[in-house]
Amino acid sequence: MHSDPAEIKKSVRSYITVFVMLMVFTVLTVTAASFHFAVPMAITVALIIAVMKGSMVAGVFMHLSNEKKAIYGALLLTLAFFIVLLFVPLFTMMDHIGVAK
Amino acid sequence: MNIPYTVEARPDTGLHNGKLGIWLFLASEVMLFGALFSSYILLRVGAPEWPHGELSVPLGTINTIILISSSVTMVMAWASLKMNDWGKHRLYLLGTFVLAGIFLVNKYFEYSEHLHKGEGPWHSTFFAIYFTMTGLHGLHIVGGMIVMAYLLGPGAKLWKKNPDQFANRIEATGLYWHFVDLVWIFLFPVLYLL
Repeated sequence: MHSDPAEIKKSVRSYITVFVMLMVFTVLTVTAASFHFAVPMAITVALIIAVMKGSMVAGVFMHLSNEKKAIYGALLLTLAFFIVLLFVPLFTMMDHIGVAK
Repeated sequence: MNIPYTVEARPDTGLHNGKLGIWLFLASEVMLFGALFSSYILLRVGAPEWPHGELSVPLGTINTIILISSSVTMVMAWASLKMNDWGKHRLYLLGTFVLAGIFLVNKYFEYSEHLHKGEGPWHSTFFAIYFTMTGLHGLHIVGGMIVMAYLLGPGAKLWKKNPDQFANRIEATGLYWHFVDLVWIFLFPVLYLL
C-alpha cells in the first residue's frame, strides 16, 4: 500500500474508476435478474458479477492487490475454512440415515 | 507504558499492530457471515420451493448504490489524510457517516413495511434468514457509525498529537467499512434477486 502523497494522488483516479465500474456492475446485476433466467443460470450470473465487484472492493479499496505476505497468509487460511464452512453442510443432504426406503 | 508498533511496522510481519489486528478480525467476520451464507444454502436447497419477489428490488438497489458510494467516500477520507488535507478528510468521513445513516433509514422503512404485513422472521424460512442476515449486517453498519462518530468527535484530537497513528485508525476503520460493503454486495443478489 502506498503512503507517498504523489502515489496516493494516482490511486485516487483508480478509486473513481472502480466506483464507476461498481455502479455499472450493479445495474448489470439488476438487469440480468430481470431476464428471468433458469435458477442455476441466474445464480451463476449473479455470483460471477458479485465476485467481480467484491474483487474490485478488496483489491483496490482495501489495497489487497498490494499487501504484505502476513495478510495474504491469514486470508488464504480463512478462504480454506470458508470453503469448508460453505460446502461441508451440504453433505448432510447425502445422509440417508433414518429415511424410509 | 508505550505500546510498540502502533505506527511503525513490526519487523517480522511488516505491518503495524492495528493493521494486522483488523485483518484478523475481518477473517473472523468472514467465518461469521460464512456460517450464515452456509445456512442460507442449506435452507434453500432443502426447501420444496423458494419465494421470489418478496423484497423491493428498487430499495435494495438504492441501498447498494448508497453503500458503494460510502465505500468511496471512506477511501477518499483516508487518501485526503495521507495528502494532509484535513478539511477534505472531515468532509469525506462525514459523508460516509451520513450515507451509512441513509442506508439504515431505508432499511427501517423496508423492515416496517414487512412487519406491518405480518412478514416478520416468524412468517417463513425466507424471512427468518432475511432478517437474520440483514439484521446482523445492519448491526455492523451501526458499529461502523459509532467508530466514525468517535473519529469525527473526540478521537479527532489524535491527529494533532500523532498524525500517523490517526491515519492508521482511519485506515483500519476503512478496511472494516469496505468489508461491510463487500458483505452487502453478496447479500443483495442472494436475497433480493435470486
